[in-house]
Amino acid sequence: MTTMNMMEILSYGFIQRALLAGTLIAVLCSVLGVFLVLRRLSLIGDGLAHVTFGGTAIALSLKLYSASALLVSLPVVLLSSLGILKLTEKARLGGDSAIGIVSALGISAGIILASVGGGYNVDLLSYLFGNILSITSQEVGIALVLFCVVLLLLYLFFNDLFAIAFDEELARVSGIRTTTINGVLVLLTALSVVLAMKLVGIMLISSLLIVPAVSSLQLARSFKACVALAALQGGGSVVAGIFLSFAANLPTSAMIVLINLFFFGLAFLARRYVSHRSNNR
Amino acid sequence: MSGGIVRTERLCCSYRTGRVLEDITISVEAGDYVGIVGPNGSGKSTLVRVLLGLCAVSGGSASLFGVPCNRFNAWGRVGYLPQSLHLLNPLLPATVAETVGLGLLSLKRFPRRLTHGDREKVDAILEQLDIYPIRSRLIGELSGGQQQRVLLARALVNNPDLVILDEPTAALDPEMRERFYALIGEINRLQRVTVLLVTHDTGAIGKFASKMLYLDKRMLFYGNFEEFCRSADMSALFGEHSQHLMCHRH
Repeated sequence: MTTMNMMEILSYGFIQRALLAGTLIAVLCSVLGVFLVLRRLSLIGDGLAHVTFGGTAIALSLKLYSASALLVSLPVVLLSSLGILKLTEKARLGGDSAIGIVSALGISAGIILASVGGGYNVDLLSYLFGNILSITSQEVGIALVLFCVVLLLLYLFFNDLFAIAFDEELARVSGIRTTTINGVLVLLTALSVVLAMKLVGIMLISSLLIVPAVSSLQLARSFKACVALAALQGGGSVVAGIFLSFAANLPTSAMIVLINLFFFGLAFLARRYVSHRSNNR
Repeated sequence: MSGGIVRTERLCCSYRTGRVLEDITISVEAGDYVGIVGPNGSGKSTLVRVLLGLCAVSGGSASLFGVPCNRFNAWGRVGYLPQSLHLLNPLLPATVAETVGLGLLSLKRFPRRLTHGDREKVDAILEQLDIYPIRSRLIGELSGGQQQRVLLARALVNNPDLVILDEPTAALDPEMRERFYALIGEINRLQRVTVLLVTHDTGAIGKFASKMLYLDKRMLFYGNFEEFCRSADMSALFGEHSQHLMCHRH
């Protein structure tokens, strides 16, 4: 890809929108992913993505598309995320079982609604597999607003989230309202999952939450560095994914995920190399 | 219910499996160093959890600084050190300084941001506990003894009036264990920090604690160390020879 080609690609409006919205959403997912992975809640993204499928099916059956579909999915996914928390607390279920229940509900409701609403049309498939290049200006606007909201909340609750990731009981004894903060974490995750569905698709959202986080956990030498590295990988993978997929004429969502997995492989090998060297000293 | 740093009156606590604590009445005053001892399953850790509000009281009462434990919220006055091996998330890449800094959050209001002054407090406690040189290391890469000191620094960095330590030495060898008890004793003496230390190591703690609480679901003994050494009940429980060994402070 020459510089000329790069400039040409950048001149397209849909590429500019994809780069802007994609980078913002990927950064959010990656940062949240660090907390989710440390809390062993990695698969919450998968569960909520399935609920997003249900929410999108509701929107499409009401003939609501693009940004409107996003706004219909949002409350459904937010409520479901709280449902996961409540199930974990009240029904004496493990987090994984609660995620499984809500996920099954979301996907089965989605299938029925899609079937009633005339089957799997192109719009629903674009949400399943992602279509970052079709992001509209309205969706970029929503992504920008939600990015600012989530980032502000992350900034305000950063140390509380860090303390809970370290140890939940110890955090409670430090006066942190762990139930509230857990609620904040899943709500932020729900917001990000809804945003990310257009980016990588419902099927691949969890990879955007998990892979940058686990890559940075391989290499980071402090917690703050870990969060920063994850954000860098998430954002970087979207930029690289858009350019490479455009150049190679391949699906962007899958390319973004593959680039993330490539970074994880590199991080894993780098960690092995460093620990091998320090063991041999 | 008022006065004292820690007070319980006829405290009972039950789990679904049955009663874990029964009729515990103690009063811990400022500057006390209380060793809480007893066999496995005797309710030592449950007592700590009740005091920290992590476990509900099923009878009687418990208070910290005159406030019932379930309503207590002045966490800046309390430092807590749980069993380290249970605590450390092997995935978490937290440095020593970041870990100790978490201990200051109990003094902070929303949003709990740490300032430059807070980082100086962290450095000061790391210096005091001789772990400043490892401040940038990841806690997961340290030895058991170093991790213990880091978690102790975390419990002490907010300059608490009361420190509660729940089997803090379980992962340490006997020599490290004694050094740890001595370090706690020094902090207790020099800074007049009240200490509650749970251990199953009755012999070693006896050298350092000013008071002993012996639990076996019920309170079998609570008093100062000299009384513990003269107690006929404890003689009957341990045998005179073992009691003599425990009470030999040299």
